[in-house]
Amino acid sequence: MATFIAMVLAAVLTNNFITEQKLGICPFLGVSKKTSSAIGMGVAVTIVMTLAAAVTWPIYEYVMVPLDFAFLEIIVFIFIIASLVQMIEMIIRKLSPSLYNAMGVYLPLITTNCAVLGVCELVIDKSAMAGLLGGAAVNFGWAVLYSFFSGLGFTLIMIIMSGMREKLNNVKTPKYLNGFPISMVTASFICMAFAVFSYIG
Amino acid sequence: MNKYKKITLDGIIFNNPTFMLVLGTCPTLGLISSALSALEMGLTVIVILTLSNIIISALRNLIPNEVRIPCYIVVIATLVTLIRMILDKFLPSVYEALGNLLALIVVNCIILGRAEAFANKHTVLESAVDGVANGIGFTMALTVMGIVCEFIGKGSLFGQQVMDFSIGLFSSSAGSFIIYGLSICAFTAIIDTFQRSRRVKANKLARENLLGSEATKVEEVNA
Repeated sequence: MATFIAMVLAAVLTNNFITEQKLGICPFLGVSKKTSSAIGMGVAVTIVMTLAAAVTWPIYEYVMVPLDFAFLEIIVFIFIIASLVQMIEMIIRKLSPSLYNAMGVYLPLITTNCAVLGVCELVIDKSAMAGLLGGAAVNFGWAVLYSFFSGLGFTLIMIIMSGMREKLNNVKTPKYLNGFPISMVTASFICMAFAVFSYIG
Repeated sequence: MNKYKKITLDGIIFNNPTFMLVLGTCPTLGLISSALSALEMGLTVIVILTLSNIIISALRNLIPNEVRIPCYIVVIATLVTLIRMILDKFLPSVYEALGNLLALIVVNCIILGRAEAFANKHTVLESAVDGVANGIGFTMALTVMGIVCEFIGKGSLFGQQVMDFSIGLFSSSAGSFIIYGLSICAFTAIIDTFQRSRRVKANKLARENLLGSEATKVEEVNA
């Protein structure tokens, strides 16, 4: 239980993908103009991150390491992620066209999202995982749980950011600060707030 | 020749991938707290971007249009794997400094973006020039921001301590975001001013030419 709480805190707050590891910034800046689209993107990323970690972890551990081609991890992982995204897109289009209309545009973008490849690279790294969660927590279950909660942390920051950007629409900003620059300065305030959590533990 | 000059200027300044298009933000924000690793990342991206542009441009008539994105990703992922192994073997310090972000060059939007937007429509030589130019634009941006960030955040330049005073905020992720945002702001302001002054000059020149030709016309009529 203590490991679980530590894992949730690490994944969502202290080791958050956007504020601490600075991964997945493209969707963070690109799709956070409206809260509804930020939630859609966050949910899509969470699903893909969890599934990607759940598929790549066993393949890496039980196929690539024993057969001695672990050095091909980047090619294999990016291929798995790309086909996974394609598959999810097809399933959603078949099952729920309305969800597809709401989420479909974000799905292709996820293939080139650093956070998804980043989480797959992180959870297979035994020493990094042991450092984060303690030695007992290096197995498949914790890897999948960790990626799921990392996705939730990503969604949380997306929602906070979109809220702040919606408020920013009502403010007059200097000409050259409009758009990306002011969003980045806003993002830095979120980072400052989240840096405080690193004092936990 | 003029064509290559335009490609180069576009890559480095007018379509600068970091400041103008805001692509490849993850390695940028991840590394600008240290100028040296920012420079190393830039040089790695120059190599990979140039090679991927050359290969994709050479294969552009062979790759079917429907599956082009997976093909590009395979090319890029292979290059990244190769570069990663080479760095691991010959430059372990760089491999250590870039760490996780080295593998994530695969999903760097600049490389896929140039393949999609430029290399699949242009000749090999043009694509090579474009790759080098965009890589230099990226490296320049990263290094400049890295120097600023490291100087304010740690009081050092490329690892050499030069100042006792430092503001720790700027070596954290919050500082990286602030520096990146303000750099974009400064860059667009400079480019805009430069282009406006050039436009004013061009207009003035055109007006003088027009007046001159009218004056000669008047003279001709008078004569």
